[in-house]
Amino acid sequence: MASTPIPTGRAASNRRAHAFIQGLRSGDTFAHLFTLLCAASILLVTVALVYELYINSTTAQHKFGLGFLTGRTWDPVSGDFGALPFVYGTLVTSALALLVAVPLGVGAAIFLSELAPPRISNALTFVIELLAAVPSVIYGLLGIFITAPFLRQYGEPFLKRTLGFLPLFQGPMYGVGMLTAGFVLAIMVVPFVISLSREVLMAVPVDQREAALGLGATKWESTWQVVVPYARIGIMASIFLALARALGETMAVTMVIGNDPRISSSLFAPGYTIAAVIANEFAEATADLHLQALIELGLVLFALTIVINGLARIAIIFTTQKGSRQ
Amino acid sequence: MLRRNSWRKFVNYFMFSMTGLCALVAVGFLFFILAYLVWNGGSSLSWAFLTHLPAPVGERGGGMANAIVGSGKLLLLASAFGIPIGFLGGVYLAEFGAGSFPFVVRYTADLLNGVPSILIGIFAYTIVVLPMKHFSALAGGLALGVMMIPIAVRSTEEALRTVPLMLREGALALGASKWKTIATVVVPAARKGIVTGIVLDIARVAGETAPLLFTALNNQFWSPGWNQPIASLPVMVYTYAISPYDDWHRQAWAGGLVLLTLVLVANIVVRLSVSGRSAR
Amino acid sequence: MTTSEASSATMVVQEGRPAQSVGGTVAADDVKMRVSGLDFYYGPKQSLFGISIQILTNRITAVIGPSGCGKSTFLRTLNRMYETVPHARAEGEILFDNEDLLSMDPVALRRRVGMVFQRPNPFPKSILDNIAYGLRVNGTHRGAALQEKVEKSLRRAALWDEVKDQLHKSAYALSVGQQQRLCIARALAVNPEVLLLDEPCSALDPIATAKIEELLYSLQDQCTLIIVTHNMQQAARVADFTGFFLLGKLIEYNKTEIIFKTPAKKETEDYITGRFG
Repeated sequence: MASTPIPTGRAASNRRAHAFIQGLRSGDTFAHLFTLLCAASILLVTVALVYELYINSTTAQHKFGLGFLTGRTWDPVSGDFGALPFVYGTLVTSALALLVAVPLGVGAAIFLSELAPPRISNALTFVIELLAAVPSVIYGLLGIFITAPFLRQYGEPFLKRTLGFLPLFQGPMYGVGMLTAGFVLAIMVVPFVISLSREVLMAVPVDQREAALGLGATKWESTWQVVVPYARIGIMASIFLALARALGETMAVTMVIGNDPRISSSLFAPGYTIAAVIANEFAEATADLHLQALIELGLVLFALTIVINGLARIAIIFTTQKGSRQ
Repeated sequence: MLRRNSWRKFVNYFMFSMTGLCALVAVGFLFFILAYLVWNGGSSLSWAFLTHLPAPVGERGGGMANAIVGSGKLLLLASAFGIPIGFLGGVYLAEFGAGSFPFVVRYTADLLNGVPSILIGIFAYTIVVLPMKHFSALAGGLALGVMMIPIAVRSTEEALRTVPLMLREGALALGASKWKTIATVVVPAARKGIVTGIVLDIARVAGETAPLLFTALNNQFWSPGWNQPIASLPVMVYTYAISPYDDWHRQAWAGGLVLLTLVLVANIVVRLSVSGRSAR
Repeated sequence: MTTSEASSATMVVQEGRPAQSVGGTVAADDVKMRVSGLDFYYGPKQSLFGISIQILTNRITAVIGPSGCGKSTFLRTLNRMYETVPHARAEGEILFDNEDLLSMDPVALRRRVGMVFQRPNPFPKSILDNIAYGLRVNGTHRGAALQEKVEKSLRRAALWDEVKDQLHKSAYALSVGQQQRLCIARALAVNPEVLLLDEPCSALDPIATAKIEELLYSLQDQCTLIIVTHNMQQAARVADFTGFFLLGKLIEYNKTEIIFKTPAKKETEDYITGRFG
């Protein structure tokens, strides 16, 4: 018997109708929808978070406007709130953290990726990744009782003696202050820099290194002049991620920064960060405006971290795509 | 030429020594932390410490029993809420997702992961504490639960993706529907990775202090039910550490040691079990 | 061309149109699957062109052809396995016992049309749980009935004697050849009417292959078998009917001995004699 061509339209839509009903009966449609809702909850939570941060600070927003970002006073008694001291403290401590963590971290990553034999590299990386799991409050504990006294007794006097001509290293030394906070933050952030940088360095194709070595470069020259530049986007991404992490760190910072909302040119002076002031004042804030100002600070922090995180993630996507195209 | 070459060799040797030093310093931090905690907190660890309530302010003695139990309670609530949603979300991304929606979800999950935990605390405050007009374990549990979701989603998705297509096809070919295939073949095959992800998730959230500061707050006593403020280990350590009392400082070290031990043991056990498997 | 008895299909070539099979004196209930004008697409790319073929009940049909000719694609339309791939679609008609296969419930379809894959893919469960999987998923849970069916399938797959004492061991403890027989037993456990085999012996050594070929003979009277193979000798040994595919088209389909001894088309002859593929 000869086959007759079946009109595609009718048969196809017929089959789609059947497939739909079968999906319902087998439970697959329900499973699809239910799991989709769970996945969508992430979007829901994020939107709700932004919404709540925004809506619960509108009074403060209207009162201070954009001047909030430049206001230098923070006075719950008189109801005058300005974000500048906290933005300053946040940025300075984070910058300090990166200043220490990036060379240390990228250096360690280079060692682990290029020089160390695989077993040692894996073992050391395992330990370093455990560092990332240490809770913030533990860092703070050590910060208060070990690091701050150490810096007050030895670290800060040393810096004052050697670099005291810079306004950064002048003034009274309390131990607690922005320097200590930056230093503690650096330790907290180093594992992230190492972990991600090591991964991107290891992903650089072997033939890149071989090309350099083949031209007579030393291993260090090949690493520093070929491998690291090749991986630079990924390393930048790791720095961004570390920065985002440092910006939002709360407990360790609030335990060692001195909690004083002033802008000072000296790193020895106490300061304050956005996260730290929220941690300290939120539970006891009675005035509505005070609470709103704190939430508005939270909104500023949110914006900062989202932007930096977003950029870092895009960079990571770029590097993984680049790697797979090779 | 020889002098230039020996200079380059020197640089090579020197720079790699420096990087090795960096790695050593980084690794050293962990041992440093552990050593100080054991040194300062070890002597204060006792059965009394683990089972007694805090003594009144200024008095010596007492323990952190309520904080340990409180952390357990909060984690229980957080897991009950965060893990199922995170797990099923991960199932969606790995098994059903199509088009650009999964990409948006993944990206947002990673962003949410990077949001400072104190802001999650504010979020829980606005949606639980404000309407209820008091601090509660419920609010704290919610904050922690929200933090658990994005991590659980990504780790579940990654674990499920390692299951080969052939296994799924084998089940489908026997007349199993898609969800049955997922439930009875794919998820069991991936269970090690899924469990690993969940344990790490809990360990991560167990150490969080900031989101609890104005949701669950703190409590010097036991906290029955879910409607009252509740003590937790990290918050207790923090409160004692910043206090002016020497005895509380001593206890902060002990509490910190307990907390870190729990977190590190969970991490080490789980990571070792995974790496041992992949080495096979 | 002659038609003999109830189960031969003959080839008629009509100009310009893909080759079709002519029923002749074939009785209706002897045709298990009737494929008419099957086209298959992966997205915009068409990989099967107007396939028309009749698969006869309780016979072994082999599908041969060079790599990439579409034989696996064709096999996987018969249990709609392609539906796991997005943008894959089949058009045309496949009648399975006179039901429209393409609009049936795929879950019900796959219970009646089983599949054995190229490489053994046992589940990471015990031997017993592997066999029992299809049964449990389709409703049989009770202990005694389950055990009985498991034993029956293992016997049919000629594996029972080798594993009867280790039913609770992991399926991965078996050799590759045993794993493939396990997968056959697993597929047989739900009593399919048709069993599709996609190059089932390609990962196996000659001894294991021989065991499986023996097995296929013994299954014939309860089951219709369709086997894709790149091994022509295997097709010649095992199959009653053979279809030759090339570049997504069914070039020739007839009794095996005719295909191998007196093929009607030149392409078939070239492939059989090894001039390509």
